[in-house]
Amino acid sequence: MTSTVQNSPVAGAIAAANTQRAGALVGYLPVGFPTLDESIDAAVALVENGVDVIELGLPYSDPVMDGPVIQAATVQALKNGVRLHDAFTAVERIRSRVDAPVLLMTYWNPVLQYGIDRFADDLVSAGGAGLITPDLTVDSGADWLATSDRTGLDRVFLAAPTSTDERLKLAIDSSRGFVYTVSTMGITGARADLDAAARTLVGRLRAQGGESLCVGIGISTADQIAEILSYADGAIVGSALVKALADGGVDAVGRLAAELSVGAGR
Amino acid sequence: MTTSLRDEAGPFFGEFGGRFMPESLIAALDELDEAYQLAKLDPEFHRELAELGRSYTGRPSILTEVPRFATHAGGARIILKREDLNHTGSHKINNVLGQALLAKRIGKHRLIAETGAGQHGVATATAAALFGMECVVYMGEVDTERQALNVARMRLLGAEVIPVTSGTRTLKDALNEAFRDWVANVESTHYLLGTVAGPHPFPVMVRDFVKVIGEEARQQVIDLTGSLPDAVTACVGGGSNAIGIFHAFLDDTSVGLYGYEAAGHGVDTLEHAATITMGRPGVLHGSRSLMLQDEDGQTLDSHSISAGLDYPGVGPEHAWLSSIGRASYRPVTDAAAMAAFRLLCTTEGIIPAIESAHALAGTIELGKELGPDATILVSLSGRGDKDVETAGRYFDVLDEQGNAVL
Repeated sequence: MTSTVQNSPVAGAIAAANTQRAGALVGYLPVGFPTLDESIDAAVALVENGVDVIELGLPYSDPVMDGPVIQAATVQALKNGVRLHDAFTAVERIRSRVDAPVLLMTYWNPVLQYGIDRFADDLVSAGGAGLITPDLTVDSGADWLATSDRTGLDRVFLAAPTSTDERLKLAIDSSRGFVYTVSTMGITGARADLDAAARTLVGRLRAQGGESLCVGIGISTADQIAEILSYADGAIVGSALVKALADGGVDAVGRLAAELSVGAGR
Repeated sequence: MTTSLRDEAGPFFGEFGGRFMPESLIAALDELDEAYQLAKLDPEFHRELAELGRSYTGRPSILTEVPRFATHAGGARIILKREDLNHTGSHKINNVLGQALLAKRIGKHRLIAETGAGQHGVATATAAALFGMECVVYMGEVDTERQALNVARMRLLGAEVIPVTSGTRTLKDALNEAFRDWVANVESTHYLLGTVAGPHPFPVMVRDFVKVIGEEARQQVIDLTGSLPDAVTACVGGGSNAIGIFHAFLDDTSVGLYGYEAAGHGVDTLEHAATITMGRPGVLHGSRSLMLQDEDGQTLDSHSISAGLDYPGVGPEHAWLSSIGRASYRPVTDAAAMAAFRLLCTTEGIIPAIESAHALAGTIELGKELGPDATILVSLSGRGDKDVETAGRYFDVLDEQGNAVL
């Protein structure tokens, strides 16, 4: 058993979904879009419609891994005045309404400015499960490794098609919750065709002993999810949900989650 | 054993620097670092680069002493290092040719770049044409408007210019878009970053490609005056021309190093780009340095009349040099820079880039401080052809439509 799945509610939820169904569905939405209240309602709607793990994005001024849909939403959230502490409020209120683990997805500078230990302690108090850090790799993350060990928070690192085997092993050994398996070389946003890179990368991670492997970036349909879950443990959907929320509000994002969860065998 | 401040090889300079980047780009950064380490040891690489410098850029660039200008600066002896005379009009070409040669070595056939004033974009488009490579330049939409001439130059050179409409539509957002492009196209593409910022190995590698400026100037000043200068000055946006001219002098403890940041409308307003003067440590664009940010770590909008200095971050080596007290960084307002711009035009017949005019403005004050016995070496990092429209409007010799006021 790798450290990825030890003592982690997120890994537990992913394992349960794999026992009961085809696999886990992870849904991303940014905090504060279109408003703080609606972002909370939307996250709750995801869980009520079959999403197993919530990934709440912290809006950031310079999101280099994000495509136009998520950029537009997070710019709007920042214009609305969303603050870092709103993320803890959102986690607490979501957790009080539905029973699914909530991870925060955040670029590193906001955590640094808040204070790594203070951020972790406040996330624990709010009932959050941990962090996904798109611009913090294991080799640059000594402080976060120490803080997440102290607090028991999950820490999700990314594995990319271009990562060497050595770095894949590092991501596996250091991640807790799941390993974020980057499906394709590119930024977030729906793609019609997911290339073979995701399947190949999951195979390489398995060969290194990887468990709890969730594939993200570019996923927007139930068919894509079904295909991914034939070889991976979870599928992550972001931009498609954000677009549904932008276009049709909380009801629309709930309906899309229900459609997508069919791909996960619900 | 003596340690040299010139030996810093990264990834960290004190607490600054490092590599805070998505995993998707780590392999490319490692590949670049390895290729650079090999090239650094290869005499053929240095020979090729020096030959390009000699027969293409126009190296060594000359020194020009400016006595009429200096009468306005306390009578200090003022000497300009004329990077404005380089092919493409600024110091940027030095870094660009180095990285383009490296890109060729690692088999990349597509160059992407960010640009603020357009100088780095023009230099990159030039190198792409020279080496037969594809070129895409990301430029904030705001900057494409205030630097329309450079947009045209890049297009004439065969580059595609993509106006960036995300975020604040300026230089920092152009970097974001270039990183996004690189994530998606890393197999074929080299990201030719234009300053001493970004993740390791960029700050070290770019510094090494521009340090020729100070190495030449140090010997040239000694040849001209018989001794080292008392001070070396440069403007600082990301900081490439400044590190380029500072680096050769880092161990010369008698030489004061002064970087001039864009203070825009003043550091007591919210409209400036004085990162070292007003910023706090943080991570932006892949490295830990000083940056302009709010309490939550959101990057603040910067402002400067000079597109090339309009950046809320700064290279990590500058943050370090400031932290250890080796270099001083001071703010210069739009108004002071424009006054110095005009002064150099009318006293010496040299039209400087508005970026470089910040160094000139700082030097005027520094000359008054140091007095008539001082010798000050100034990095004249670029020429002002691209700024004629901005300056023409500023000084009412052009109207709002850009027509001559008669």
